[in-house]
Amino acid sequence: MTKLITPDTSLKTPTRRAALKGLGAAATLPLWARYAQAQTSEPIKLGFQMHATGIGAAYGRWYDRTSRAAVAKINASGGINGREVELITEDDGTDPARGAEALEKFANQHGCDAAFGTLFSHVVIGSAPRAGELKLPYYVVSEGHHVASGILNRYTLQPGITDVRSQIQAMAPFVAENLGKKVTMIYPDFAFGYDHRDYFSEAIVAQGGEMAATIAIPPTETSFTRYFSQIPRDTEVLYHVMVGPAVLTFVKELGEFFGGRGPEMIGFIDSLEAVDLASPGLEFLEGSHFWEGNPRYAQENQSEYDVAYRAAVGVDNNGASLTDPSDVSTYAHMFGCWETLHIMCDAMVASGYRGPQDRAAMIEATEAMTTMDHSMAHPQGPKLFNGKTHQTFGQQYITKVEDGRLNLVHTTSIEDGLYDDPVDYTTQSF
Amino acid sequence: MSVTAKTLSLHLGLIAVLFALQFILGPYQQGNIARIMVLATYAIGYNVLFGYTGLLSLGHAMFFCAGMYGLAIPMYHFSVPAELAFLMALAIGAGFSLLVGLLALRTIGVAFMIVTLMFAQAVYLIILYAAEWTRGDEGFVLVQSTRTLFGVDLTDDTAKYAAALVLFATALLFTLWLVRAPTGRVLIAVRENEDRASLLGYDIHRHKLIAVVISGTISAAAGAGYALLFGNTGSTFATVQYSILPLLWVLLGGAGTVLGPFLGTLFMYYLIDYAADVTNAYMLIAGAALVALTLFAPTGIAGTVRKHLWRWLP
Repeated sequence: MTKLITPDTSLKTPTRRAALKGLGAAATLPLWARYAQAQTSEPIKLGFQMHATGIGAAYGRWYDRTSRAAVAKINASGGINGREVELITEDDGTDPARGAEALEKFANQHGCDAAFGTLFSHVVIGSAPRAGELKLPYYVVSEGHHVASGILNRYTLQPGITDVRSQIQAMAPFVAENLGKKVTMIYPDFAFGYDHRDYFSEAIVAQGGEMAATIAIPPTETSFTRYFSQIPRDTEVLYHVMVGPAVLTFVKELGEFFGGRGPEMIGFIDSLEAVDLASPGLEFLEGSHFWEGNPRYAQENQSEYDVAYRAAVGVDNNGASLTDPSDVSTYAHMFGCWETLHIMCDAMVASGYRGPQDRAAMIEATEAMTTMDHSMAHPQGPKLFNGKTHQTFGQQYITKVEDGRLNLVHTTSIEDGLYDDPVDYTTQSF
Repeated sequence: MSVTAKTLSLHLGLIAVLFALQFILGPYQQGNIARIMVLATYAIGYNVLFGYTGLLSLGHAMFFCAGMYGLAIPMYHFSVPAELAFLMALAIGAGFSLLVGLLALRTIGVAFMIVTLMFAQAVYLIILYAAEWTRGDEGFVLVQSTRTLFGVDLTDDTAKYAAALVLFATALLFTLWLVRAPTGRVLIAVRENEDRASLLGYDIHRHKLIAVVISGTISAAAGAGYALLFGNTGSTFATVQYSILPLLWVLLGGAGTVLGPFLGTLFMYYLIDYAADVTNAYMLIAGAALVALTLFAPTGIAGTVRKHLWRWLP
């Protein structure tokens, strides 16, 4: 569905006399000057590729709210280069083919200047080739390693959220030092799970640990108990990264299997994004740890930026909607939309963006970015952007379930998540 | 005008109109029509089996993916040029559909539907599990510089449209020839009355197998074309959804008509495109339209035209 967001112009409505004076003045200008004025006062259109329907709809709903809040803030601050920002939303159906169609709409139907959004990696991978062909800057908020891996193109960037490889690598020191060195991993038997299996195995060995076992669970599985018997008895840490509709069953059966006497557990919050921790069956998670891209619950050391960001998006201190406490957000990921929009704004300002002819300059301006301070534009924390790989690096948060809420126990450093550059997109031509 | 002349005029006319449209349409609509032509090629393949032979498959996505990965894996992993990779995709599609046909045609009716569905699920899971080659659910991207055919850059919108038109026109004219040729007439006879066709001495099993292979190969060509023109693969294209879609396109456009698959694909594509501008519940609108069409035009768009206007429509 196409939606437009424009700033409130009710206070600027001109009087008839003022309008006539303006028209008279405009008529005295040469034709080129009138055109130039009309061109520069056009809104900047940013296409938001949204998981409105399909398996990613919960993410899409919160990505939408976050993006609207960010655009409202940017417009309230004067827009981009004095021009208002217009958000144009298209549903990608969490489907790669529709994702590519959405980019075509942005570029060829709506005349968008750039596009952003979307979480699921298969949609990004389905859309990115089209972004390259359309020469449309495409800022993804996916946390997939696809951008930095080098398989995409110069028009695709991920400056607003860290990638899964970096996240996994950054967690490993904490796991080895605090939870245990013998790790068993339970992961979904497809690409998302393989990233965890491969990168975490490498990272834990680098920390002096070892993988006791890696247990792949088929994506069609609905019952998990029989896999738990494969967990070696000397396992010190159980690393779980299940996603999808069966995740609640997975956690419940895991709890029933161990009965509170199992190994330490650490998981990715992706499993429980938009899910209330008070949901029946999740009480077994008490005492276990999670990776969070951004802590869902307001913490004791909450920054002023997080306070303002929550208020702007409409999220309470428990990570749920201010208007509906049962509507839990995707807090660990959605900040990426907020930060990405601010980065796009900064890149357009830095490149003096005027229109589609400046798209390459906008990308070059983004590539030139390096450090991003913890600020209102980056409420999740400071970042280090790598212009060669088009990927940002940042802090990761490890929280522990205590009394039904996630309390922060460790914040990784940016350096914990750095890795060698797999690609240099700046060598590719536009 | 003879029936042959009218038939040729109509189908060649459609190809001419599609050729001319690229000069009239804006870039967005041009992109849509290119995509529709590739998907309509898939529907044409499906129609050979369902519309003309009367065999309802619920697993045609496996043929689409046989072509898609048959082209993409050699290009991506072995740097095979696109021309050769496309031929390899056709060969893989033909071989795979022959294998599936030999096994699935041991069943009939509902069992055939279920067996094709199960084969397609197996292919879907293979794509997921063989992630080293397929990158599973995420799929992979064909590098822009490799997507050239005989020196033509297929990432260029004009070239892409032309390639989609060649693919579609080839499938359309081949099907038109097939359904008017003796083999095609036997396929129709099998659909209309299998016992009678058998009594007349036709080898039913052989003709059904021919239909499966032709249908699967055209679907594979569409899959290969999709990967080549749009640059990506992924297990999504092997899901049940992509087996149901050609069935809907053919039913909407008119099963057992040469033009039906194109009309059905065109109608449904734009129905979803426009409905999505109105509401996020666009599939509800699409569903309501499908119910209405089934109630009031059960033979589909081209089928209704044949019934009331052009009885000669093949």
